[in-house]
Amino acid sequence: MPSTYTLISSNVLSSSAASVTFSSIPATFTDLVLRISSRSDNTIAASTIRLRFNGSSSASYSETLLSGSGSAAVSARSSSATYMFNAGYFVDDANGATANTFGTTEIYIPSYTVAQNKPLSGITAQEDNATAARITAEAGLWSNTAAITSIEIFSNYNFLSTSSFYLYGIKNS
Amino acid sequence: MPATYEPIATTTLGSAASSITFSSIASSWTDIKVIIVATAASNANFAFRFNSDSGSNYSRTRLAGDGSSITSSQNTNQTELQLTSSFSIGTTPVMRTLDIFSYAGSTNKTVLFEEINDLNGSGGLNKQVGLWRNTAAITSINFFAQSATNFAAGTTATLYGIKNA
Repeated sequence: MPSTYTLISSNVLSSSAASVTFSSIPATFTDLVLRISSRSDNTIAASTIRLRFNGSSSASYSETLLSGSGSAAVSARSSSATYMFNAGYFVDDANGATANTFGTTEIYIPSYTVAQNKPLSGITAQEDNATAARITAEAGLWSNTAAITSIEIFSNYNFLSTSSFYLYGIKNS
Repeated sequence: MPATYEPIATTTLGSAASSITFSSIASSWTDIKVIIVATAASNANFAFRFNSDSGSNYSRTRLAGDGSSITSSQNTNQTELQLTSSFSIGTTPVMRTLDIFSYAGSTNKTVLFEEINDLNGSGGLNKQVGLWRNTAAITSINFFAQSATNFAAGTTATLYGIKNA
């Protein structure tokens, strides 16, 4: 029986970057997993992580989330947005956070080549031994039936050097 | 290092079906994981059981959000675990994941599962923990409809095995 969970591509930043794009994603897997360790140059403690698929900026991204800050929990949603995670709770650490702390993120995209709208799950955590912390779980939906061939990860600020981005493929046979 | 995270079995429905079953699950792995992407012709509820056990041996605690409110609740002594305890499955593809730890061990079995059910303006997500109070190894998992509405054609379920050595 074949092993799966295969690294497709990675990018560990050697300098700040506004975005990271995995392109030419092969259709040879069943599901995709994106794992990110990132920190941005926002002057406050956190910065949002955002996604677009296939370069599409149409109003086709939606999400519902559960998020906790250490003192309060919230559920929120965003509908018909031009990028994924528009609600603003899907955050990593930024320059206002404790030094050398990075946000931790995982996004699971099943059936990324199937001709149907694409659900996804996401979780991100921004913990810095300070009051500005957050953990967020997401249910997302990209209302587009095209196979996902590229993923752009971007922020409202720049990802800092040593931020790392790994894209894995999982095959069901 | 030995290979791990292996596909054990997968089903993609060619036509609507009231159930999906993984049977004869070997005890070769440490943990197992199920990924489901499902639709139904209309909003419907689904559940699952281990080893065909319909006794009152299941319990679960959930944490759900619908975009405006958060709820947590518990159900004990259930005859199955719900795939749709917070959000039904309809025409928009939604995702369900199950992580079952030490499924072949001799203690009661814990499963973490989630409902990923965003519908672009409705729906939500639900994180749950389930318990099957049975010390037998899990050898089958049956997902089934709780009404006349079936899983739609195209619904996919895959069982993976994860090995610790």
